Amino acid sequence: MSIFDDPLDADRDLQRGCSCGLHQSAAEHDQAAALRCEPVESEEKRYEGVVASAVMRAMFPQDMARRAFLKSVGASTALAALSQFFPLKTATDLFADTGAPEKKDLKVGFIPITCATPIIMAAPLGFYAKHGLNVDVVKTAGWAVIRDKTINKEYDAAHMLAPMPIAISLGLGANAIPFTVPAIENINGQGIVLATKHKDKRDPKDWKGLKFAIPFDYSMHNYLLRYYLAEAGLDPDTDVQLRSVPPPEMVANLRADNIDGFLAPDNICQRAIYDGVGFMHLLSKEIWDGHPCCSFAASREFITTAPNSFAALTRSIVDATAYASKAENRKQIAEAIAPANYINAPVTVLEQVLTGTYADGLGGVKTDAKRVDFDPFPWQSFAVWMLTQMKRWGQIKGDVDYKAVAEQVYLATDTKKLMTEMGLSPPASAYKSFAVMGKTFDPAKPEDYVASFKIRKAS
Amino acid sequence: MNSSFRLRAGLVSIALLAAFLGIWHLATRSAGPVATMSPEYAKLMGLTATQGKSAMPGPLDVGAKLWEHLRKPFYDNGPNDKGLGIQLAYSIARVGTGYLLAVLVAIPLGFLIGMSPLLSKALDPFIQVLKPISPLAWMPLALYTIKDSSISAIFVIFICSIWPMLLNTVFGVASVRKEWINVARTLEVGTFRRAFTVILPAAAPTILTGMRISIGIAWLVIVAAEMLVGGTGIGYFVWNEWNNLSITNVIIAILLIGIVGMLLDQILARFTRMVRFPE
Repeated sequence: MSIFDDPLDADRDLQRGCSCGLHQSAAEHDQAAALRCEPVESEEKRYEGVVASAVMRAMFPQDMARRAFLKSVGASTALAALSQFFPLKTATDLFADTGAPEKKDLKVGFIPITCATPIIMAAPLGFYAKHGLNVDVVKTAGWAVIRDKTINKEYDAAHMLAPMPIAISLGLGANAIPFTVPAIENINGQGIVLATKHKDKRDPKDWKGLKFAIPFDYSMHNYLLRYYLAEAGLDPDTDVQLRSVPPPEMVANLRADNIDGFLAPDNICQRAIYDGVGFMHLLSKEIWDGHPCCSFAASREFITTAPNSFAALTRSIVDATAYASKAENRKQIAEAIAPANYINAPVTVLEQVLTGTYADGLGGVKTDAKRVDFDPFPWQSFAVWMLTQMKRWGQIKGDVDYKAVAEQVYLATDTKKLMTEMGLSPPASAYKSFAVMGKTFDPAKPEDYVASFKIRKAS
Repeated sequence: MNSSFRLRAGLVSIALLAAFLGIWHLATRSAGPVATMSPEYAKLMGLTATQGKSAMPGPLDVGAKLWEHLRKPFYDNGPNDKGLGIQLAYSIARVGTGYLLAVLVAIPLGFLIGMSPLLSKALDPFIQVLKPISPLAWMPLALYTIKDSSISAIFVIFICSIWPMLLNTVFGVASVRKEWINVARTLEVGTFRRAFTVILPAAAPTILTGMRISIGIAWLVIVAAEMLVGGTGIGYFVWNEWNNLSITNVIIAILLIGIVGMLLDQILARFTRMVRFPE
């Protein structure tokens, strides 16, 4: 798949079809490809490409004329000729050198789970430094603390659960402060783990009366577990017990027989298996393939006071996320983020999570390369879905302007711009439809979606 | 007689320790390989699952790890990984600051309240309500209003260690023998002079007992506070290792917390002995 439209390619289909040739139009191609952050060979190449295409287009605004020129001299000659009278190298350097960050020394908070991979790895692997920042990534004790410290401005930006910035912006469980999500940290990457004694209870219909742990009320973990239980006909508010428990305590509680299972972020799921106290019932990816998990969040105030720092920070995260999306880099990443300074977990556990070849806790070894995946684009339809679930479970009451909230919090437009500048190709629209357990979600009709569920909190 | 008594007590202590370590060691031994596992699967699992190793570390594991920590107590691998010596230093500095602030407030205030029975009666309900509040209950409030996590931690130390000192000062000042004050009065000693030369020395042992209780509480509180706000300190270390499910490191931290707490208490005990007077 080509990353961006290459104007130096004389055989590119101008009329219709997409760059890969598999789809009817470029828009359709964009819709189909979920992951769009594969980087080109190197940073310089990427900017060079962006600048060269801009210059080429400026000189030959008409596609046909440009094509004729390219056909007659060949792309490399054309480029060489171009650089004769246009200093491509200088322009590239200028382009890469965007506005200097207002604030170079930044603090970014994270919770030690593999969902924070791009935020964490960007420090040891030098992605922050590459974009001119000096970032301290600070391990934080829990979601409520990370929320308060970010609101207090002790952190410039932070790792948050994907629904948290929406909840904060709406004033749910906090003062209403406008927060934003410029990038999704990771997609998939959670699982339902049950205590080993329940290994014969694989049908959720038999789970009545069990006790489950989730990490936070405003989390994908909560919404996905509730969704899964409700699909099996259980009312998560009355038929089972859901408790908010910090992830490390989940493993200890599972060992102590105090809970029967949990839907938790990885590496906690794998850690329970590694310690022999539970097994993987299913990966959250089996509920909704490609669902967002954690997000990268900053307050709107930070964006307005330090727009260049914010842009550089987002660039570093998008860059790191692109690097993490490649399977061949995952082992190196596991090693980089395992030490006590970062996640503080055994390397084998992180490797199993990130490479997707893992022990399932029942004696088998399973492989799923997409167990955790990385795609930074903040789809606004994700935010709409989260809002529908907040509505469904009574976290928000009354009328909700789904679209307005989603667009205020999930900064798809800004991220799209940044990604384009970086030579990546973000999707054209910020809304896509997807299926959760086989049921299609149409982001244009959120109210109907909420109403379509039989099991929900009466409002 | 005295030295042989001490020797015997020491020997009993050592015997008890040895017995404790022995039982601990036996109780946490590996049970040998469990069940049958494919080697490929076993490679992905931890020792607890493959070797039947107890989830609780034995004394040898703890000893080895402790030695590792003691060999380099002051390393610094970035914001989230520092040596135990540095972590303890952070905690002690926080406790020291919060505690000194509490001393500065509690003793003059306690003095005032103690000398005025009216104030003492009027403030008593407030003190009694505030005294039993747990440090963890103060934390969210502090984080929300102070908006700085390290100052919040110091505030929590302050607010939790102030009450025993205040109450003891009030009690000490109020219960100075009436005869002494009356003697001072007949000698026409002024109020200030009376406070400093008669009441303060007479109340000092009680005040210092209050301070000794407070330092104990301050040290109790710091672990909880740091576990909650994170960042640095021995409490953060415990949380970080708990997060890693490393019971070995948690045990080491508990041991060190106990030792430091004992040292702090001994220092105050020495001060208490210094101000004691024979009646």
